[in-house]
Amino acid sequence: METETTTNGTVEGSAQVKLTAKDYASDQDVRWCPGCGDYSILAQVQRVMPSFNIPKEKTVFVAGIGCSSRFPYYMNTYGFHSIHGRATAVASGLKLARPDLDVWIASGDGDLLSIGGNHFIHLLRRNINTVIMLFNNRIYGLTKGQYSPTSEHGKITKSSPLGSLEEPFNPLTLALGAGASFVARTMDRDAKHMQDIIAKAHAFKGTSFVETFQNCNIYNDGAFLMYTEKDTKPEHTVFIEHGKPLVFGAKKELGIKLNGFRPEVISLEDGKHTIDDVIVHDETSRELAMIIAQFTDMKDFPVPFGVLYKVERPVYEDQMEQQIIDAKEKLGVGDLEKLLFAGNTWEIK
Amino acid sequence: MEKTVEVLKSATIRFAGDSGDGMQIAGSRFTETSAFFGNDLSTFPDFPAEIRAPAGTLFGVSGFQIQFSSQDIYSPGDEPDVLIAMNPAALKVNLKDLRQNGTIIANEDAFIEKNLQLAGYKTNPLEDGSLAGYKLIKVPITRSTNNAVQELGLTAKEANRCKNFYALGITYWLYDRPLEITMHWLETKFSKKPVIAEANIKALKAGFYFGETAEIFTTRYKVAPANLPKGIYRNITGNHAAALGILAASLRSGLPLFLGSYPITPASDILHDLAGFKNFGVKTFQAEDEIAAICAAIGAAFGGSLAFTSTSGPGMALKQEAVGLAVMVELPLVIANIQRGGPSTGLPTKTEQADLFQAILGRNGECPVPVVAASTPADCFMMMFEAARLACKFMTPVIFLSDGYLANGAEPWRIPHASELPVIEGDFRTEKEGYQPYMRDEFLARPWVKPGTPGMEHRIGGLEKQHITGNVSYDTSNHEFMVNLRAQKVKNIENYIPLAEVDGDPEGELLIIGWGSTYGAITSARERLAAKGYKVSRLHMKYINPFPKNLGDVLKRFKKILIPELNLGQLRAIIRAEYLVDAIGLNKVQGLPFKASEIEKKVIELLTEN
Repeated sequence: METETTTNGTVEGSAQVKLTAKDYASDQDVRWCPGCGDYSILAQVQRVMPSFNIPKEKTVFVAGIGCSSRFPYYMNTYGFHSIHGRATAVASGLKLARPDLDVWIASGDGDLLSIGGNHFIHLLRRNINTVIMLFNNRIYGLTKGQYSPTSEHGKITKSSPLGSLEEPFNPLTLALGAGASFVARTMDRDAKHMQDIIAKAHAFKGTSFVETFQNCNIYNDGAFLMYTEKDTKPEHTVFIEHGKPLVFGAKKELGIKLNGFRPEVISLEDGKHTIDDVIVHDETSRELAMIIAQFTDMKDFPVPFGVLYKVERPVYEDQMEQQIIDAKEKLGVGDLEKLLFAGNTWEIK
Repeated sequence: MEKTVEVLKSATIRFAGDSGDGMQIAGSRFTETSAFFGNDLSTFPDFPAEIRAPAGTLFGVSGFQIQFSSQDIYSPGDEPDVLIAMNPAALKVNLKDLRQNGTIIANEDAFIEKNLQLAGYKTNPLEDGSLAGYKLIKVPITRSTNNAVQELGLTAKEANRCKNFYALGITYWLYDRPLEITMHWLETKFSKKPVIAEANIKALKAGFYFGETAEIFTTRYKVAPANLPKGIYRNITGNHAAALGILAASLRSGLPLFLGSYPITPASDILHDLAGFKNFGVKTFQAEDEIAAICAAIGAAFGGSLAFTSTSGPGMALKQEAVGLAVMVELPLVIANIQRGGPSTGLPTKTEQADLFQAILGRNGECPVPVVAASTPADCFMMMFEAARLACKFMTPVIFLSDGYLANGAEPWRIPHASELPVIEGDFRTEKEGYQPYMRDEFLARPWVKPGTPGMEHRIGGLEKQHITGNVSYDTSNHEFMVNLRAQKVKNIENYIPLAEVDGDPEGELLIIGWGSTYGAITSARERLAAKGYKVSRLHMKYINPFPKNLGDVLKRFKKILIPELNLGQLRAIIRAEYLVDAIGLNKVQGLPFKASEIEKKVIELLTEN
């Protein structure tokens, strides 16, 4: 039976057999190291997929190379494990050719930001309706522990025994700078938050970029401990939501205010400031998103999680389809015979 | 003065000037008019990589050569009969090619001190007697053009830019061509700037009348229409033919066409053409780089499109890892490499055939890819169609080779009717029962299943696949099995392509083997040799991987094998390795096509040695 589907694969007006997380698990053994943060991402994706009410066959996961990029093998959907750095390019072609499909990209910090950096920024700029999931563990895992483009300066690894000499990318500012229309961050240890962010990313029409802090317990264990553990998490993270003030701390006793363009951490208990001084998050402001994204690298600031930026704008594939419709209307549906014999012809009798 | 008319079988003229002088336009207009007139023809545009190189310099010279004939011709001609030289640099660069006693029409206004110096002339060649071996006709082209358009009130620059049409007018008179076709073209081209159209028409007519009235031309030439096979013709360049070929393949297969491409000389026209076919449902994607271009095409192939990527040598090098991916995931994909001079950036606007090794061998691992090559500009249509046919039937990437000479060169094309073109099978499997992603049909092709097909969800990728199931497999014996299977799949294609057919005697002293754009020069050489009483057979290869299955038998029947190539002997190396024959090379890497005379000379040398 043919069903009408929208551009993210949602079936409209058809009674779907309700799927469960299990239906999304493929028959392949998962081969990540025990304890890897990737397991959590896989579990959360499988858990939220049924809620989208999209037939499994309309879903495609595309990946590049790296630990993260084995993801498609473990999803019982269509999948493409491509080559290093090129998942975004393969996914772009697939989505443009087949706007009816629901296309996801699973990638790591090396795959997406190093070898695939070029395709990443151009996909964001084009705004093709896909979800990019960045599994950021700040290390090269599959090649056994070299520094990555998100590793901190001075990182000691096998390939940088005296410390790496590079400043890391902040994936959020990079994405915002490239014109991304949806930018969010979550973490492997917060299942609920991740499910919520994945669902929001999927619901967004356009390229949705989700960075997940993901622990590599073999080569970079504990990289995000400060943000994920109960005792340090409240002081070192801020969970942002549209329309809500930027407060954090165990008792929400801290906030962030703007002094001109400069953010400042303030106490809400010292009598000098009130909640009215705190920035209220506006996910439609790219300027604010840029400021919040930079907390990540600022001393004494909490690391932001949540949807930083979200503004819909025309997606590439719709415009591409529209140009085809317009061309057919203007010129008539192409006729090969006419085209072959077009222009200046002459007959030899 | 009464002018004599001489009837010629064929003539070759070359327009040469600064890259901003409009020589390509003049040449193209002459081509169009000659095609309309019914001549067979062949063209060779030759221009610098710089869009507007400094005026008057040797490296800024742009040329356009056309041979037109009352008989079948195969190449743009070895030696021009007439050279139009718009300045001293153009004369200097092109004089060596002009035939003995050939005609030079020189724009004497441009032979001023500064230009002579730029071209490295110590004295003015128009005055110093150094051109005594030629028929020199000095024409004040710049001044005459300015006079012709004076009343229109153009700026000096605008007026000056009409001089290519003045020169064209002279050649129209000289070869008895009508002006109407070019006048119509100008009116259409400059419909929004009628004064520019009028100026160029005035210049064209002024040039024509100059030929008629000036006392310097004593002879006019006539080249009668050629006796080509019946049919409707149009003039076509290789790149236009290639674009039409892949579009035709899309329509004859029912598969939507997706092009992922990145602009590169000399392949960009294919992208331009297909971008204009949106009303056929064609999707063109100008990617951020060559790698993204092919990867997007592979994504589209996975989605069920007829996927295509077009490029040239350096871009091909960038794509190779992804070609390997397409081999591993066994999806149909057509990759067009419009070769240019290499290595590296090399000679972007010049022609070469040095990417054959790259096409056949240029990837990691055992990575077999079928390779086809077009032999003439018009042949790009059918060979592109063939590339698509093979890709879909065998679920494999296929490389289509053309080159700068075919891409920009033009010839009359007898247009096929759409309904005469074969239907391409591009079937998708939807039958769930018994489906396995890497099961095989009788062609060893795996089934093509589009995402969206219920119950057939599967994963593909670049890791080695287990036979039949397509699951990731690191099993060593499975790997060896799959390497052999992929090789066998491509080898089997030999059963579905035409046999090698020899022109001339099926056995004898010498066989010339060519591939790609050397077709014309080799054909002309053979005709000249035949006229001199030399018997030479010829085989032109359009299918290079796999080879036609009778190629080994054909080779055995000749004492000597000559393989002319615009490289250092790539096809020769492969044929020697494959068939253990002592093939002899004739190799040229000057960024230019062969002259028939070069091949003719080598053949005579081989036939008369010992």
